[in-house]
Amino acid sequence: MGTIVLNNVSKSFGDVVIIPGADLEIRDGEFIVFVGPSGCGKSTLLRLIAGLEDLSGGRIVIDGVDASDQPPSKRGLSMVFQSYALYPHMSVRNNIAFGLKMAGLPKPEIAAKVARAAATLNLTDYLDRKPRQLSGGQRQRVAIGRAIVRQPKAFLFDEPLSNLDAALRVNMRIEIMQLHQSLGATMIYVTHDQVEAMTMADRIVVLNKGNIEQLGSPLELYNRPDSLFVAGFIGSPKMNILENNTIGIRPEHLALSEKSGEWEGTVMLAEHLGSDTYLHVDAGRRGMLTVRASGEFPVGPGGKIWMTPEKGRIHRFDAQGRAIR
Amino acid sequence: MATQQTRALGRIAVAPSVIALFLWMIVPLAMTIWFSLLRYNLLDPNPACSPLTPWALTDPANRCLAGASNYYYFLTDPAFFRAIGNSLQLVGWVLAISVIGGILLALLLDQAIFGRNIVRLMIIAPFFVMPTVSALVWKNMMMHPVSGFLAWLFQLFGLQPIDWFAHAPMTAIVIMVAWQWLPFATLILLTALQSLDEEQKEAAEMDGAPPLSYFWHLVLPHLARPITVVILIETIFLLNVFAEIYVTGSGGRAGNMPFLVYQYGLISNDIGGASAGGIIAVILANIVAFFLMRMIGKNLEA
Amino acid sequence: MARAVSTRRRMFFTAFAWAIAFVIFFPILWTILTSFKTEGDAIELPPKFLFFQWTLENYGIVQERSNYLLFAFNSVVLALGSTIFALLIAIPSAWAMAFAPGKRTKDLLMWMLSTKMMPPVGALIPIYLIFRDFHLLDTRGGIIAVLMLLNLPIIIWMLYTYFKEIPGEILEAARMDGASIGKELLYVLTPMAIPGIASTILLNVILAWNEAFWTLSLTTKDAAPLTQFIASYSSPEGLFWAKLSAASTMAIAPILVLGWFAQKQLVRGLTFGAVK
Ligand SMILES: Nc1ncnc2c1ncn2[C@@H]1O[C@H](COP(=O)(O)OP(=O)(O)O)[C@@H](O)[C@H]1O
Ligand SMILES: [Mg+2]
Repeated sequence: MGTIVLNNVSKSFGDVVIIPGADLEIRDGEFIVFVGPSGCGKSTLLRLIAGLEDLSGGRIVIDGVDASDQPPSKRGLSMVFQSYALYPHMSVRNNIAFGLKMAGLPKPEIAAKVARAAATLNLTDYLDRKPRQLSGGQRQRVAIGRAIVRQPKAFLFDEPLSNLDAALRVNMRIEIMQLHQSLGATMIYVTHDQVEAMTMADRIVVLNKGNIEQLGSPLELYNRPDSLFVAGFIGSPKMNILENNTIGIRPEHLALSEKSGEWEGTVMLAEHLGSDTYLHVDAGRRGMLTVRASGEFPVGPGGKIWMTPEKGRIHRFDAQGRAIR
Repeated sequence: MATQQTRALGRIAVAPSVIALFLWMIVPLAMTIWFSLLRYNLLDPNPACSPLTPWALTDPANRCLAGASNYYYFLTDPAFFRAIGNSLQLVGWVLAISVIGGILLALLLDQAIFGRNIVRLMIIAPFFVMPTVSALVWKNMMMHPVSGFLAWLFQLFGLQPIDWFAHAPMTAIVIMVAWQWLPFATLILLTALQSLDEEQKEAAEMDGAPPLSYFWHLVLPHLARPITVVILIETIFLLNVFAEIYVTGSGGRAGNMPFLVYQYGLISNDIGGASAGGIIAVILANIVAFFLMRMIGKNLEA
Repeated sequence: MARAVSTRRRMFFTAFAWAIAFVIFFPILWTILTSFKTEGDAIELPPKFLFFQWTLENYGIVQERSNYLLFAFNSVVLALGSTIFALLIAIPSAWAMAFAPGKRTKDLLMWMLSTKMMPPVGALIPIYLIFRDFHLLDTRGGIIAVLMLLNLPIIIWMLYTYFKEIPGEILEAARMDGASIGKELLYVLTPMAIPGIASTILLNVILAWNEAFWTLSLTTKDAAPLTQFIASYSSPEGLFWAKLSAASTMAIAPILVLGWFAQKQLVRGLTFGAVK
């Protein structure tokens, strides 16, 4: 089991309000991602759930039990920190076993569990090493190993991949997703990277200045952003915002033509990715637009092109930035 | 950062230290203030108490209220002015020697010299010498007017040997104490100097900055903070120099405030007078500390 | 990048530095040499530098006459005892100030530092009388308590600066792993801070070893450390320079060795972390 309910949770540091009030129901076994620009309060919200920070208001209910006043050790959650936070003076084995020792498990049982976790994470050969003798990816695995042995009600990840290089990040992303599938445990994953959020999440929580802007599956957020903020944050390249912030259209939803179309523009720059080409287009009074063309596109800088928005793919927003449907 | 629970535990965790230090500071101070108002002499169980004193204590020690008279006697004792003068002289001279000498030595040791580590070891060594040892070694083997090493050196250069402790006890004490604190200043300033960016040094050399302007505009500002730290810490310790004076028996002429209070209390057994002296010493130290902290407070921030 | 330095300049500075170092180190060197001389050679002028009758007898006599070992034992007990007891209460305090700071933590640290500014003479008389009345004069326990309080601010400050360098997330990880605060301190913080704690011990053993005001005032014989042992040579035995030198050498040798190892820590500890 691993349901977590946030009930009007708020947090201030002194006079500064970081989380004004958040309501959220996290289902058992769900992979939920908190995403938002850095400084928006993702870590703070995660640490509130972990019990590493006190609530300023509201309640946190874990598996039906009010955990608001419980210390971290009583909540039955595991956390993987951005810096890994491994115990530098302990071997990998002891790092993973530490939580079990604290729980007072008998030695043989600890050994068995550590062995199993190490096997899952390909760490068996490294059990007697110290963290400083491991690569970044291996340290990351140890941190995850430390989290899984305790069989927590839920896992909390705070930007666990941000210290890895790009290739490794993709691998670890997949490993974490596989882990989620095999354990079936609830996972809360914090990231500022919307690609990570889109690829990993069952549901995404978009945070903006401590407020939950929108909650939904990746495709819901992509197709039906509730606000200008979500529209701009989700999707890559970013959605084009036009007409004084009232109209949005994604680069991939503009049909291109060399001859005719609704909007006329001049190509300023072309980014060739091979599979796609991104054109940066000066569309006169409409401003600068980004357009995606599939594969190669024959028109280079200076060339004239025409763009036509796909039907039903135009997003409209009111003056407050809320979506109009 | 932390939850209320850890903060509550934190308060419990700091409590023993805070309570211990608070008691260590406040209990003796309160008792010293109280004693300083009493006529209280360990050797004279029957002081002439004014019969008008309703407080007259009839305890075994026969203490009685003396008002401010202890302060009066202490402050009018010629020894008091000598002690203040000696304290200030000692602090002033040793500070001057150790800071200026320390800067020069640190600059020297920062050069590319052969055997720098050994040189540094030799220079820092005096700081680790127990004050009583340093006092006796200097008084006898170095400064003895007949057989001391300095006497021999003076003769070697055709000079009249000095009977240091008879004719210049204060100078002798300053030399001894400076010998211990110059290494301290050197070590601190050298450490600071070595943290001066190697690239900065190179850039300055490339620019062909003349050494003096290089020192003035780059090195000295970099050393400002460590110098203030050295001044602060040395002042704390130098105001309290005791063993060197006690062991060399030069308290009569070179005695400072700590020695005078010791003399009143543990030699003359005049608890009241010694306590008054102690309070005066505390007040003086606080005045010094106040100015010191203000002077260098800015420098220590951040 | 090593800077190109002309050899002549380098030789000049080297010679100069060695000369100064020799002068500064000379009193110590002289003491050590004298300790191996006969009393006659010790006061001989012109001084004998290396060519004298080398002897070890002074060391034997010093031990025999004044029981050096008892004083040395007291020094060790007082220095280590005061440091360890101070550590026991300083570690939790420094932990709290580094990892669960409140609004007044900085003030508290400054206040602790300020207790070092209090001149000991302000407390001498009452402490002496309290010790007398509670029969603590010349007892190891009494002196240990005084030395412990004396160095507590420095110990807390040093530990605080070392703890500040440990990422708080690691302690939080332990908390997530279910460790109580006590276990977090015992199994995570303390082992991680071992180098810092060792430095702290080193510096404070040195300070306590050389502390002379309180040890001279509050001890006479049973609990007297080496400071008192040497002070007892002030007269009339001070005239026996070879023996004085042997006693002095024995009193400073251990701490000189420790001190040479502790140079870095000394800088950091005595500047309260302001210079590293
Ligand atoms: N202990 C703290 N005291 C004061 N402000 C804090 C503290 N921790 C975080 N903040 C502030 O809260 C805001 C949100 O921080 P955080 O949750 O770490 O953001 P994110 O993880 O989304 O980048 C930031 O503006 C940060 O400065
Ligand atoms: Mg964060």
